[in-house]
Amino acid sequence: MSAPETGRLDRLDEPYRKKKPLLEVEGLTAGYGAAPVLHDVCLTVRPGEIVAVLGANGAGKTTLLRTLSGLVRADGGRIAFDGEDLRKVRVEQMVRLGIAHVPEGRGVVTELTVDENLRLGGLWRRDRADATRALSEVYDLFPALAQRRASAGHQLSGGERQMLALGRALIGRPRLLLLDEPSLGLAPRITAQILALLRDLRERTGLAVLLVEQNVRSALAIADEGIVLSLGRVVTRNSAADLRDDADLRHAYLGF
Amino acid sequence: MDRFIYLTFDGLSRGAVYAAFALALVLIWRAARIVNFAQGAMAVAAVYVAYSVTEKTGSYWLGFAAALVFGLLLGIAVEKAVMRFVDHSSPLNGVVVALGLVLVVQGVLGIVYGNEFRPVETPFARDAFQIGGIAVLSRYDVFVFAAVGAVVVALTVLFTRTSVGLRMRAAAFAPDVSRLLGVPVGGMLTLGWALAAAVGSLAGMLVVPTELGLNPNAMDVLFVSAFTAAVVGGLDSPIGAVTGGLVVGLLLSYVSGYLGATVAPMAVLALLVVVLLGRPGGLFSSSKARLA
Repeated sequence: MSAPETGRLDRLDEPYRKKKPLLEVEGLTAGYGAAPVLHDVCLTVRPGEIVAVLGANGAGKTTLLRTLSGLVRADGGRIAFDGEDLRKVRVEQMVRLGIAHVPEGRGVVTELTVDENLRLGGLWRRDRADATRALSEVYDLFPALAQRRASAGHQLSGGERQMLALGRALIGRPRLLLLDEPSLGLAPRITAQILALLRDLRERTGLAVLLVEQNVRSALAIADEGIVLSLGRVVTRNSAADLRDDADLRHAYLGF
Repeated sequence: MDRFIYLTFDGLSRGAVYAAFALALVLIWRAARIVNFAQGAMAVAAVYVAYSVTEKTGSYWLGFAAALVFGLLLGIAVEKAVMRFVDHSSPLNGVVVALGLVLVVQGVLGIVYGNEFRPVETPFARDAFQIGGIAVLSRYDVFVFAAVGAVVVALTVLFTRTSVGLRMRAAAFAPDVSRLLGVPVGGMLTLGWALAAAVGSLAGMLVVPTELGLNPNAMDVLFVSAFTAAVVGGLDSPIGAVTGGLVVGLLLSYVSGYLGATVAPMAVLALLVVVLLGRPGGLFSSSKARLA
């Protein structure tokens, strides 16, 4: 077993430490077909915590998120969300448990309009009144989307698509957001806005975020904790502050 | 001029049926990315059910309703029992399976009902009204227009105004994303097949009485025209299917009226080739929207 360096976490005195974990992953192995991509991955996300998943291309970051939301089948290990065994939950049910996955490439349905994409995010909800309220909250949060309500997804810029994907996820009022490379192809200013929004959401709603990001600096700037994946294994698990300061680690795995 | 008016109305009423049938093809294409070559055979099966019910009860309308319900159920059965297990990595797989289904359905119909042509009744007279001495439309033609129009309106409302329609479109365009948003993608696919088969059955009910009669192969020729209509309009576009249907109907009518009925199938083929060369995605394709 590739032992994650969990020791140093115990010395952190952040308030999240005391909370019961929302997501607990232990010994997770998963992949496509015969060759596993993830080996023995362990991680914990507590309510209101932002955990960054870092690592080079091909390290297994996207596969990790896809396995958590059930798009990729786990071959072994344990995934517990608020005490529930996620490996037994079908993809269609994840959103009902409070898990929102904004996939790589954002997953805007380009053939549908902005408004249709957003409404799609709330169709599963029984509480129709709150789904409607959440929709108008998202429009307030992203005025750019409100102006483009009737535009088709394929007419949007990259930044607008990211706002749309994020907004659509928020309509489900998730407890855990799995966010895959929000900065991909975006101008630094827009990336900064989106990351700032994540931190704001965490403060206001207690949203927990598992954030996959190539842009290590920005990710560690908002994250509480980070795990570093290399070739499908967790090589380091530490507070974001310590990861920022760990020069050896940065050179070895993160490239800056 | 009289002849032209006559041929135009004749073409439009034929075209309406092609439009309905093309719509059925478009529905499945949009939901499952399969051209359902078994649509014709499935529709004939539904018409046979109507035939049996009408024979037993003496009511055309009971038979009509039975055909639509049977179509719906047959669509569900085909999706759940056959198409769900087709490997979609190559588009040819679905086509081959659909062609196999044609053979099975036509074989079973032949065993149960025999292969002879059976005359089918229409609910309304097929004698055309005379306007200014020209035969234009029969009561039956009006019924065909009304039925196809109702289907087009119903499908438009379903897809653009209801949450089920939104789910169906999302599931078709982006299955993984839809599942992440809680859409039961498999169920939407089944629903798509059910609707498409019901619409196909309706088209069969409308067209079979105007042709030679009921026979296991009754829809084979019609399928070619309807498939052309769907491709001309763009397989992704319901409006395209309707327009394509009317265009093919008019073309067939003019060509058989002015040049002779034997040339008509060639005209359909020529239209197909011209459209595929000029606009491979069909006249109503939105090339931008299909990048994803």
